Amino acid sequence: MTDIAAQRHIPDRLHSRAYRTVRSWESLLLAVAIAIFVVNSFASPYFLNAWNLSDATFNFTEKAMIAFAMALLIIAGEIDLSVASIIALASTAMGLATQYGAGTPELVIIGLSVGLLCGAFNGFFVTILGLPSIVVTIGTMSLFRGISFIILGDDAFRGYPASFSWFGQGYIYWVFTVEMLLFVIIAVIYGVLLHKTNFGRAVYAIGNNPTAALFSGIRVQRVKFILFLLTGLMSGVAAICLTSRLGSTRPSIATGMELEVVTMVVLGGVNILGGSGSIPGVVIAAFVMGLVTFGLGLLNVPGIVMSIFIGLLLIGVIALPRLWTMFASHGKS
Amino acid sequence: MSRFIPVRETILAAAIAVLLILIASRFSGFVAPSNLVNVFNDTAPLIILALGQMVVILTRCIDLSVAANLALTGMAVAMINVAFPGLPIPFIIAIAICLGGAMGAINGLLVWKLPIPPIVVTLGTMTIFRGIIFLISDGKWVNAHEMSEGFTGFPRAAVLGLPILSWCAVLTVIIFAVMMSRTPLGRSIFAVGGNPHAAVYTGIDVGKTQFKAFVISGALAGLTGYLWVARYAVAYVDIAGGFELEVVAACVIGGISIAGGIGSVGGAVLGALFLGVVKNALPVVNISPFWQLAISGSAILIAVAFNAQSGRKKGRLILKDAEATR
Repeated sequence: MTDIAAQRHIPDRLHSRAYRTVRSWESLLLAVAIAIFVVNSFASPYFLNAWNLSDATFNFTEKAMIAFAMALLIIAGEIDLSVASIIALASTAMGLATQYGAGTPELVIIGLSVGLLCGAFNGFFVTILGLPSIVVTIGTMSLFRGISFIILGDDAFRGYPASFSWFGQGYIYWVFTVEMLLFVIIAVIYGVLLHKTNFGRAVYAIGNNPTAALFSGIRVQRVKFILFLLTGLMSGVAAICLTSRLGSTRPSIATGMELEVVTMVVLGGVNILGGSGSIPGVVIAAFVMGLVTFGLGLLNVPGIVMSIFIGLLLIGVIALPRLWTMFASHGKS
Repeated sequence: MSRFIPVRETILAAAIAVLLILIASRFSGFVAPSNLVNVFNDTAPLIILALGQMVVILTRCIDLSVAANLALTGMAVAMINVAFPGLPIPFIIAIAICLGGAMGAINGLLVWKLPIPPIVVTLGTMTIFRGIIFLISDGKWVNAHEMSEGFTGFPRAAVLGLPILSWCAVLTVIIFAVMMSRTPLGRSIFAVGGNPHAAVYTGIDVGKTQFKAFVISGALAGLTGYLWVARYAVAYVDIAGGFELEVVAACVIGGISIAGGIGSVGGAVLGALFLGVVKNALPVVNISPFWQLAISGSAILIAVAFNAQSGRKKGRLILKDAEATR
């Protein structure tokens, strides 16, 4: 009986909520996160230091801010590979503004508006012209970063106002950073948006079947456009944090970050083909990636080797459940 | 009519011609045969990789690991060359093609047997391959003076006025032109991308065809890995960084539909040449090379918008009113 249910993807409601929670992807991920945490705390004496752990959060807070918006976009069946380039462009715009003596409030407004504009640009091509998002955002990925290069060349902008450093270097209380606070606030906002509102239901519906969603009265193109605006906006927020933390802007800033964001989203249990996923999953995935990076860093593993782990993690988390079901079904037949 | 005169390729060829005329009007030396040979030679790796990528995109997949595959194979053959300088070059090339093909096969197996979406697989293998380069080389560079004469000399050796690197691209183009139009594999690649369900009913194994496409793409990346490292006479972790996007860009500009099933060998070659001409022309017309990224990005957007307009199917206008009034 259960075989047929599994084949037809009928959600299994025979078990209690508690049982389903325990068997869920998020729980598995949480177990992995805890395991990594425990292993790390034995592997290095420096791991369980509050300040070190606080520094480690920088590994994922900025990426996670974008990952939440990206999760919604991927659930809706689209993707945005231009997020890192939006960071570069927003950061460049803010750097340009500082040369003309802009203060912190203006910089924040500029960063957010550039993010929104870039998101609108992507959204226009994808929803109004109806082009595939993967190609459009590969194009805008080159375009946005290209504009940063045109403005900056191989130079760098520095000299941000002192108050601007609060976003990336400030602390709220003891070891809790401003970025961590932003991360929590944004996670809650997106969690509510995706899981508790009509908009969130629409996102799932579009990802599962855009045609059916359209026929049931969901404004598919409008929702998608808003989602592109959101990834743009969150890239703007991340740009503010990252620029503030580094204190300088180069056109090569955040290179390759789009892949880490997508990895984070997929690791969080979001189906890359759309239709399923959750924000808590992405939150745990952010912690997993942060802990792996931090733990390996303490063991003096170079960053590039960490990328092997991230890559294996990305493929592994998708492959293992499928291998599991393959072997399970072999055993029964 | 369009059977004999492919519209898209003609427009692209015309665009390249206009570009060349514009450049020539400011700097006539650019269109001198010797310089055009240089431009073609410089674009040769991109042409080879774009053809491999074309096959993958035609089967509704995407391979983002080509540049990492190129870099890893390049590093491997460079280290083999340092360890055994006496190995003949054909043997080195065979190793490069097999290594690249094996990496392509890893991608292909994951896509075929597990079904994991290709974009996820190749994102993952891209970072893994880059990491492995660091592991095998320990982060060190292999420099020109460590490589043997034959190893670095081979792609640069001129035959009939063209370097062997260019001949490799020409040969690849010819092989692909024959393969795509005259072999069952070429036909099944188009069939799988055009309509996978129909392909299954005609007895084509979709997953297996995608697997073969990945192996082809990987093998070409391997070959390019050797050519690249030998030509620039250096191997390190970050060679060809970001090149995978340029390869995808060449395909998109060449009119290969990311939705699969639509595209041509000529298109991929012209797309690569377009990017190559732009790249080589910028310093000539006194535009900073920093413009290159923005130009190729714009070219992708224009090309994909244009292709979507020309390839739009007439029909199913049921929801047009509903769409328009929103």
